Amino acid sequence: MFADTRGLKALLTWLFLWTAVYSAFSQTSSRLTPATVESQTERIARLEQAVTEAKSSADNSWMLVSSALVLLMTGPGLALFYGGLVRKKNVLATMMQSFALMAIVTILWALIGYSLSFGSGNSFIGAFDHIFLRGVGVQPDAAYSATIPQQTFMVYQLMFAIITPALITGAFAERMKFSAMVLFMIFWSIVVYDPMAHMVWGKEGLLNAALGGRFPTLDFAGGTVVHVTSGVSALVCALYLGKRVGYPREPMPPHSVVLSFIGACLLWVGWFGFNAGSALAASPLATSAFVATHFGAAAAALGWGSAEWIRNGKPSTLGTISGAVAGLVAITPAAGFVSPMSALAIGLIAGVVCYLMVAQVKSRFGYDDSLDAFGVHGVGGTIGAILTGVFASRAINPIFKDARGNAMGLGILDGNAGQLLNQLVGVVIGWILAAVGTLIILKVVDLAIGLRVTEGHEIQGLDLSQHGEEGYNFEVSA
Amino acid sequence: MTKIEAVIQTSKLEAVKTALHEIGAEGMTVLEARGHGRQKGHTEFYRGREYTVDLIPKIKLEMVLADDMVERAVEAIVNAARTGQIGDGKIFLSKIDEAIRIRNQERGVSAL
Repeated sequence: MFADTRGLKALLTWLFLWTAVYSAFSQTSSRLTPATVESQTERIARLEQAVTEAKSSADNSWMLVSSALVLLMTGPGLALFYGGLVRKKNVLATMMQSFALMAIVTILWALIGYSLSFGSGNSFIGAFDHIFLRGVGVQPDAAYSATIPQQTFMVYQLMFAIITPALITGAFAERMKFSAMVLFMIFWSIVVYDPMAHMVWGKEGLLNAALGGRFPTLDFAGGTVVHVTSGVSALVCALYLGKRVGYPREPMPPHSVVLSFIGACLLWVGWFGFNAGSALAASPLATSAFVATHFGAAAAALGWGSAEWIRNGKPSTLGTISGAVAGLVAITPAAGFVSPMSALAIGLIAGVVCYLMVAQVKSRFGYDDSLDAFGVHGVGGTIGAILTGVFASRAINPIFKDARGNAMGLGILDGNAGQLLNQLVGVVIGWILAAVGTLIILKVVDLAIGLRVTEGHEIQGLDLSQHGEEGYNFEVSA
Repeated sequence: MTKIEAVIQTSKLEAVKTALHEIGAEGMTVLEARGHGRQKGHTEFYRGREYTVDLIPKIKLEMVLADDMVERAVEAIVNAARTGQIGDGKIFLSKIDEAIRIRNQERGVSAL
């Protein structure tokens, strides 16, 4: 068959040539084929996705740590701080109030609290879009934070919702029925906290500076939402419930400043989660807030301690740690808006003013705000919110922008004198909501089950009368 | 048998114990107490409030001794506990009706 080799040679030559040309073309023109164009776009998209995930991962990890830090502030921070300040017979009852709120507020938050605070309602309150945490999952809610799961945001905010009512317990320490406290706090969380949180931080919130509220109040981490509301409510509670049996004649010194000291240190450290975490990202702004927080605490500690040194001849441990707490309270609304030097100023002012509040004003008016919840949180928060209007600076946080995207002044020293008015609006709304809401709730609970323990139970101590326990059983027998 | 009750400064307990052991008086009961005679207390400050503490920590020693040892014991306590300031304390003596050793029910001076 192949005796005639001319045909075979022609076939082989043709085969060879065709193969050569094909392979040459398929190498040099590969980017023109549809299959490879798609893989390049795909690769870029996958890269963008990875970058987003990495950024989200960094933000999320900081936010989860911050959430844990804020919870630590309540348990055991505040529990110890308050626990050490009361008499031995009431130590457990005082700590129990904070701990119970860790559980109760969590349930409320999950059922409706988060929805009312951060759902889409109106300028005053959220709605039921996130009832039972519906729709709160892995997807970020861009209005609040585009890089972290909404569930992280929810649980972070929960820790704020927990500590705020816990702060109030300082006002009615040593005389409030546990059952009455539980009922009171359930109402308070819904009626006072959720609306205030919504107005300052929620969508369409009346006071929301970040989302275009009508009266934008600069409140970075909750000076109004947490401290003004709890502090003013504390004052109302102290006035309504009346003084402790024997106050002010009988001496009622703290049974353990040691416990209070430990609590205060935990509060200071935990506050980094409270303030720096309010940047909602692992960002330079978080660093700025972290530094401002720390500086505010330090300056205030020295302010209170120095004031005592001058007035009493000795700086006390309790005074100095209380000063630090006052400074942390005051820097809370300002943390993400002010420079480190401004933070020192704010802290110093708060430390001195809160000292005077507690050492002089309280005794002059004679009300029994047992653990100075109003003197430190109410007053400290008010001072802080007002000073935020003075010291806030666009150089730290350009939150106000004009139509062309240029940063506008934030506080008086930054060229925006009008902001002080907005700060006052926020503060006054906080005061009124807290005072009126608390008064109504107190009345309702008082009529329903009574607020105060009996005199006999108060003298016996709440640990035994409310909880059947004693805090310390350093017994004589072996 | 005489009971000696001595209220002394807390910082003097070691010295008094040593002095009593040196004269052979070995049984004693030590109590932590608070009190004052003419000694003023001190003031403490908490959150701007002044607290006057006038019940000062003291140590109370109780011992029951044979009558012939009492004077030497009193002298030992006084010498060891005295500083010359108000607040040094006091010693009270009283008669004891009976003393019983629980271990073997011995009675009287031999039970001391």
